[in-house]
Amino acid sequence: MTNNKPLETLELPATVRPQRVVALTGNEAVAEAMRQIDPDVVAAYPITPQTELMHAFADFVANGKVSTEFVLVESEHSAMSASIGASAAGARAMTATSSQGLALMWEVVQIASSLRLPIVMPVVNRAISGPINIHCDHSDTMGCRDSGWIQIFSESAQEAYDHTLIALRVAEHPNILLPVMVTLDGFILSHTMERLEILDDETVKEFVGEYHPDHPLLDTKHPVTVGPLDLPDFFFEHKRQEVEAQLAAAELMPAILKEFGTVSGREYDVIEEYEMDDAETAIVVLGSTAGTVKSVVNELRREGRKVGLVKIRVFRPFPVRDLVRALTKAEAVAVLDRSIAFGSAGGPVFDEIRSSFFGGGVSPAEVKVLNYIYGLGGRDVKDSDIRFVYDELETLLHTGETGSAVRYLGLRDSNVEQVALRLEENQ
Amino acid sequence: MPTLRELAQREEVLAGGHRACVGCLSTVALRQVMASVPGDVVVGAATGCMEVVTTIYPYTSWKVPFIHNAFENVAATVSGVEAAYQALRRKGKIDHEIKFVAFGGDGGTYDIGLQSLSGAMERGHDMLYVCYNNEAYMNTGVQRSSATPFAAWTSTSPVGTVEVGKKDFPKDLTEIMVAHHIPYVAQAAVHHWKDLATKVQKAMSIRGPKFINILAPCTLGWKYPPEIGLDVSRLAVDTCAWALYEVENGKRKLTHRPREKKPIIEYLKVQDRFKHLLKPENQTIVEQLQKGIDERWNRLIGGQASA
Repeated sequence: MTNNKPLETLELPATVRPQRVVALTGNEAVAEAMRQIDPDVVAAYPITPQTELMHAFADFVANGKVSTEFVLVESEHSAMSASIGASAAGARAMTATSSQGLALMWEVVQIASSLRLPIVMPVVNRAISGPINIHCDHSDTMGCRDSGWIQIFSESAQEAYDHTLIALRVAEHPNILLPVMVTLDGFILSHTMERLEILDDETVKEFVGEYHPDHPLLDTKHPVTVGPLDLPDFFFEHKRQEVEAQLAAAELMPAILKEFGTVSGREYDVIEEYEMDDAETAIVVLGSTAGTVKSVVNELRREGRKVGLVKIRVFRPFPVRDLVRALTKAEAVAVLDRSIAFGSAGGPVFDEIRSSFFGGGVSPAEVKVLNYIYGLGGRDVKDSDIRFVYDELETLLHTGETGSAVRYLGLRDSNVEQVALRLEENQ
Repeated sequence: MPTLRELAQREEVLAGGHRACVGCLSTVALRQVMASVPGDVVVGAATGCMEVVTTIYPYTSWKVPFIHNAFENVAATVSGVEAAYQALRRKGKIDHEIKFVAFGGDGGTYDIGLQSLSGAMERGHDMLYVCYNNEAYMNTGVQRSSATPFAAWTSTSPVGTVEVGKKDFPKDLTEIMVAHHIPYVAQAAVHHWKDLATKVQKAMSIRGPKFINILAPCTLGWKYPPEIGLDVSRLAVDTCAWALYEVENGKRKLTHRPREKKPIIEYLKVQDRFKHLLKPENQTIVEQLQKGIDERWNRLIGGQASA
């Protein structure tokens, strides 16, 4: 975990605002961010492990700590539908979900982005059924990776809190106007108590600002039609505009992250490099596992091994150039995927990184890339697993051994690896 | 209650030039409803005929703010719009009253949208939900819905050598809405404009969730010549296949009682979706239909008497 030094020992620039040091779970941290944002409308439906986030927010509503219209809908499909209605009406609208809930709202998730509605939705990552499982992996949000939403992954409760505030600014930027998912790993972050720093309410109000919607439905003097039938003569152009919005987000997000840094003292970029300057081998990962990897990197560095980490904070828009620049510092890279893209060449993050390398003119001779599928359905990721990955990367470098590019970490059945090898041979 | 002349002189909310079929009575339902909604209003519609024919980009027939989201979620979508209004009104960002109306066809209301509708009604949002009920999925080519009458032909309940139309009686959605104990529930029909307008006006004067189920005959799916649509609607009411009634705060009231209850065959014989029922070998089906209608009608009258 980052940012765990006591505040008083940090030398902070004068722009950094006062903060409270608190102990909160990830769910409570995000709820706290939502309290400070005080959205006009929150429409939500309970699902493990998002439930406690909504409990905490319900307490804020019940005690008059927010002025939000809290709509307790009968399904996640309606949660997103009501958020769309509220956002189109001109309100600042939020919801939160997990797993099956996100899957159920999948239809309307894409309508939110196509209508360019700046809805912010924390997603507590949980495996997708079946079989049913309530624990963490990234299959839920990966299933929405091409839905037109911006996706920000969190390593810690601190980041989940920070990202929720940042997400508002990104979503509502007039040149972006896209909905944003802020993810936090189910149970690992959502239910784990962590020390974090909370900005004061005034600072948050100032940072997120007032929302000034364009063409809201409730401006009855200037009626608009939202969500018309879009036939072959215009549909394609409108989808292209969504691409432009993602490109605008890629361009504008670093500045918003930087601005948050000047207020909070927590400087973020779309990716985070850790011990990468002279790294020979590197791991790429999303979410809480980055914390585990950092701890292993520290150990291995003490042993004199040149290992590093690249954490992807912003997965959508995918930071192609930043990743190519960071990862080409290493000679061998392991991409850790906490989901499977069935029938694909590898996990979703791996596929995108290999594609980015190819587009960036990086040859396999320059940087070798392996893929490790890990942690599905909440399978623990241990220090020894991460150490094993760095060992394999070093073996790859020293022996040129290739084997299967797609491997499974922490999986009991070794046959699976052989199946992957056979599939690769057949390709 | 305004006169027909007054209603006709009100500004049309729905501009001409939309792409509804000749003789479409769902558009008539829409216009009749909107003529009786006073002041500022935001309209939502489920995917379906009315959404498709009124909003082909870059055109729109709607002169009031309008939102379409998806098929099954107009009630949830309008609850979001209404929630936004409540929040912004409370915060002083909106200073005038706005009403909310949601439209769904029977597919978007009886079937795929029932959960969303039930949720919105239970939560008590201040909106009028109107089902323009043409008793099948007309927009996608006349497939059966749970509003389709027993024995009616549809594309998915065809009349063949072993089957004679829809095998099931329709669900009673209006009574399902009554069971939500919302302040106002009604059934109306397009030919009886005065009854319909009165119901909409009454609904709009009440704060909270309201539901009106409007029978809107469809020339395409019911297979009758477009010029007789209003007569078909009248026959539905005169045969008691469709009752005009309301339930206001739990109080049930027939708002129109036919002078003479006609036999159901009068209604069936003008629509080719029922033409197989005119064959002698299908008389038992007609009898079953008549029995179903009689039972429901008697229940309705009985319920009124005991109220």
